[in-house]
Amino acid sequence: MAETGVIPEGEGDPNRRDFIHIAAGAAAVGAGAMIAWPLINQMNPAADTLALASIEFDLTKVQEGQQVVIKWQGKPVFVRYRTPAELQRVIADDHASDLKQPQTDAERTKPGHEKYLVVVGSCTHLGCVPTFGAGDYGGWFCPCHGSHYDASGRIRKGPAPLNLVVPDYEFASDTRVKIG
Amino acid sequence: MSEHESTYVPKTGVEKWLDTRLPIIRFGADYMSLPTPRNLNYWWTFGGILALCLMTQIVTGIVLAMHYTPHVDLAFASVERIMRDVNGGWLIRYVHANGASMFFIAVYLHMLRGLYYGSYKAPREMIWIIGCVIFFLMIATAFLGYVLPWGQMSFWGAEVITNLIGAIPVIGEPILIWLRGGPAIDNATLNRFFSLHYLLPFAILGCVVLHLWALHSAGQNNPVGILIPADRSKKDMLPFHPYFTLKDGFAIILFLLLFAIFVFYQPNALGHADNYIPANPLQTPAHIVPEWYMLPFYAILRAIPDKFGGVVAMFSAIGVLFVLPWLDTSKVRSMRYRPTMRTFFFIFLVVGVGLGWCGGQLPDAPVIPGLGGVVLLDGNLNSYLWLTRLFTAYYFLFFLVILPFVGLKETPLPIPATISEPVLTGADAMPAFAPASPEKKG
Repeated sequence: MAETGVIPEGEGDPNRRDFIHIAAGAAAVGAGAMIAWPLINQMNPAADTLALASIEFDLTKVQEGQQVVIKWQGKPVFVRYRTPAELQRVIADDHASDLKQPQTDAERTKPGHEKYLVVVGSCTHLGCVPTFGAGDYGGWFCPCHGSHYDASGRIRKGPAPLNLVVPDYEFASDTRVKIG
Repeated sequence: MSEHESTYVPKTGVEKWLDTRLPIIRFGADYMSLPTPRNLNYWWTFGGILALCLMTQIVTGIVLAMHYTPHVDLAFASVERIMRDVNGGWLIRYVHANGASMFFIAVYLHMLRGLYYGSYKAPREMIWIIGCVIFFLMIATAFLGYVLPWGQMSFWGAEVITNLIGAIPVIGEPILIWLRGGPAIDNATLNRFFSLHYLLPFAILGCVVLHLWALHSAGQNNPVGILIPADRSKKDMLPFHPYFTLKDGFAIILFLLLFAIFVFYQPNALGHADNYIPANPLQTPAHIVPEWYMLPFYAILRAIPDKFGGVVAMFSAIGVLFVLPWLDTSKVRSMRYRPTMRTFFFIFLVVGVGLGWCGGQLPDAPVIPGLGGVVLLDGNLNSYLWLTRLFTAYYFLFFLVILPFVGLKETPLPIPATISEPVLTGADAMPAFAPASPEKKG
């Protein structure tokens, strides 16, 4: 065996065997990651699930002073047609001191369509569905742990930390809203 | 050779603490340093390959079960959804479906290796018998899994195979109804098949543990077939790691290449197109065949003109493997030293493949097209029916007559005393100046 081509080893220097070990180990880790990825990624939402990401809703179905609950991505969404009295009250409370997450009502609605409020109907505490029209502020009351929301969906009292979430939505026309 | 001394020395405090409580690291370390006959050839790599196959099937199967719906109205659509909508679902399903075929390729080669080198003989009978149990469980699992997509082949395969049970006199019919959960294959059948298809791989896994336990108790066979004397173990044995982990690893890479060719280029080559038609209980496909790995046994089933007789023959073809250690009367393990038996072995190999080929043909079709042939009893001699019968006869003769008889009558070649002897004295002896320990080179 010709040993002439072998570079003399220095003390502690990595030799060719170390290099092979590291290269093989790196290849194994890379292959493992490539195999693991589809097995992990399959648990992400599938194409047909993502295709249901947005829905349209006809606003003529909501009467003044009422709300309609629709299902969007498996979650309840409240579409509420607020009375002038309710609107007046929430605008008056825009800068109330008990707002945990201060927001004006205008920030939570679309300009020109202030009478409609669209929020995700999951209590920001632990996810229960708040009851319509109940509570101290005329908005919603969560029966699970007693959170009070006003008619703008803002948290006013109770354990919930945040206002009811306003989803991404837009008005497709004056009477149709597209959520998602 | 099994009770090799443990060379594991716990180094850190945690290892010492664990070693007196649960010596699991010692178990793994001892496994890795297990003395292994140094002459094992590539036919011995299928054990590791099969372990990989089982893990692949279990992992991809668990993932597929997250998306599959075992209901007659939804099963087919849920499989199509896996193929079209689930992220990487097509890949996972193709790996699972082709993985079954790969599993059977490997297991057949593994079993033929055992047959050729006499790995079933004393003291290794239990390894072989547990292996036969695993093989039977594999067939059952593969069949149950094939039903789940609820395509035409799924449905009619289930119909035919469950009807085999119904062929048993008197008790067959009640068992059939109990198995199907009704008068016909329906939702109840699909649900229990799904449940059992999920269960059986873990039963296989348990048997694999027993298989390995028995293997490490009796010690590995080797191509020469002799038991390695205790005083030769230093010379004739090498630690399992790194010598055989690397050999197995290289074989696994080659095997995965073949696997990848099927998964990425010919994913449906081993399946049947009719299984992409949703199950229709009112119409049977024109030509119904099982998956390729069942074909030899399917051929044996069809070779017998009597319904119950065919079922008995088919199950006997697997059953005879269980008693193989007592059918072979020769004390010589490896067929390298049994020239007569070796000839019969290679005929058996051809017959096995031939049975598989016949199983995929229509029984009445002529073997040699254009040739007339003579009608004997219930079929033309120039038909797959009679070719199948010829092969079936050899299959059983091989185990029940040839193996016991040749073992008593043959004169084996002289058997080497050590596994090094044929290497050192043979024509392919290693040159004396070859590097003695290549692992020491930089």
